[in-house]
Amino acid sequence: MIELKDVTKEYSKGVAALNGVSVKIEQGEFVFIVGDSGSGKSTLIKLIMKELDPTSGTIIVNGQNLNRMKHRHIPKYRRGLGVVFQDFRLLKDRNIYENIAFAQRVVETPTRVMKKKVPAALSLVGLAQKYKMFPKELSGGEQQRVAIARAIVNEPSILLADEPTGNLDPTNSWEIMQLLEEANQRGTTVLVVTHNQEIVNEMQKRVITMKKGVIVSDEKKGGYINED
Amino acid sequence: MRISTVGYTMKQGVKNIGRNKLFSLASVATMAACIFLFGLFFSVILNFNYIVKKAEEGVAITVFFEENLEDSKVEAIGDALRDRDDVLKVTYVSADEAWDTFKDEYFGESKDLAEGFKDDNPLAGSDNYEVYMKDVESQKEVVKFAEGLDGVRKVNKSDVVAKTLSSVNKLILYVSAAIILILLIVTVFLISNTVTIGITVRKEEIAIMKYIGAKDYFVRGPFIVEGILIGLVGAAIPLAGLYVVYDKAIDYIMTRFSILNNILDFMPVWDVYKILLPTGLLLGVGIGFIGSFFTIRKHLKV
Repeated sequence: MIELKDVTKEYSKGVAALNGVSVKIEQGEFVFIVGDSGSGKSTLIKLIMKELDPTSGTIIVNGQNLNRMKHRHIPKYRRGLGVVFQDFRLLKDRNIYENIAFAQRVVETPTRVMKKKVPAALSLVGLAQKYKMFPKELSGGEQQRVAIARAIVNEPSILLADEPTGNLDPTNSWEIMQLLEEANQRGTTVLVVTHNQEIVNEMQKRVITMKKGVIVSDEKKGGYINED
Repeated sequence: MRISTVGYTMKQGVKNIGRNKLFSLASVATMAACIFLFGLFFSVILNFNYIVKKAEEGVAITVFFEENLEDSKVEAIGDALRDRDDVLKVTYVSADEAWDTFKDEYFGESKDLAEGFKDDNPLAGSDNYEVYMKDVESQKEVVKFAEGLDGVRKVNKSDVVAKTLSSVNKLILYVSAAIILILLIVTVFLISNTVTIGITVRKEEIAIMKYIGAKDYFVRGPFIVEGILIGLVGAAIPLAGLYVVYDKAIDYIMTRFSILNNILDFMPVWDVYKILLPTGLLLGVGIGFIGSFFTIRKHLKV
């Protein structure tokens, strides 16, 4: 469960990226966060990741108050999150298997467990045959699938995706959304920040629309509100 | 930490060097240049110190006895001087030996001029102890002590030599401390800069590790292993080079400036390396460790 209570984030004095945002996302939900550039979507994700601290307000994730969390407890907290970025952020000098195994190394998974989980995650995203290849040898869609495999291999309770289809063509975008939907069906809470109107309108999920740092709309089975 | 994590950290540290060949090479070169300069100054300073110490050991005070002093009392004076911790050596010189030495030094090749004295030793009654000190700075105290001994007539000392050597010693200490300090600061600055460039290149990799939930030691580990290895190699290369150059340089100085042979007495290479080798290696490893440890710290706050 994710809960933000009256959260404000100011980057510089007087300029608020988020302004008194309150929202509650239950375990197992699939939520789209939409809005123009500068509306505060990415700031929201960064606050949930504990990459940023709010200027005021409270953030509670899985029962933990992030405001009170000490620096040394952040790694353990983040292990409960899976993160997917627009630019994939794969380690370019390591092959696909190593990229996913890396997430397992970080949480000190025993090697024998890792040898089972990494191929299983690769199978889930349909890349079992390409485990020896390097990121640059894969298409954008395939790289994003590797990023998803890395995000889900540690079985996180929350998956955060910041513009996961931003660099992809429509076919690949749908494949990525399919994978996120599958993860959601396995019980993972999924938060997707996106600009992709077609996907948002088609999938009929909860849609939170943001504008200038505030939530302007929150619909259970919503569509993309076009500001133009 | 699991054993497999330790193994992984070590392996990644070694792999990082290969992954960033250019950066590793630049770091090793910077480290090697700094340690070479350090080693060079260190050897020069050690040798200066050695030469001054040798000169100090040659400085003695002369203790003369009262006329017709009993042998037992002469021996008692010698024992009292030998018992002091700051005294290196006490040598008894009889009047005849003193006259022989004087003849050699004063008349040189015209020894026949001294024949005029025949058996009449002009230095009769000049039996004495030559007292050598461990540290020339303690001369004043030893002189005072000797003058207070029963049966001592006079104590000869060379204040100028003692003072000069003492000042030279202090000067070497200050100059060497200053040079080594400056070199250390420059080395740490250069290494830190090189490491910063290397880490900036891998800023994204560090950020990914942190997003996934890596603890600080997991991120830091491979960088520290890398820093230590670079430090070790960066120190080993100039130390090996200096080892080869050292003997050749001394040979060259001794041949080219043979006039200095009597004054200069250089330390054997192994005596220098007994101190320089562990110091240099420790310095390389230490700078590699500190450089990577502190430079990566600011990138861990993701």
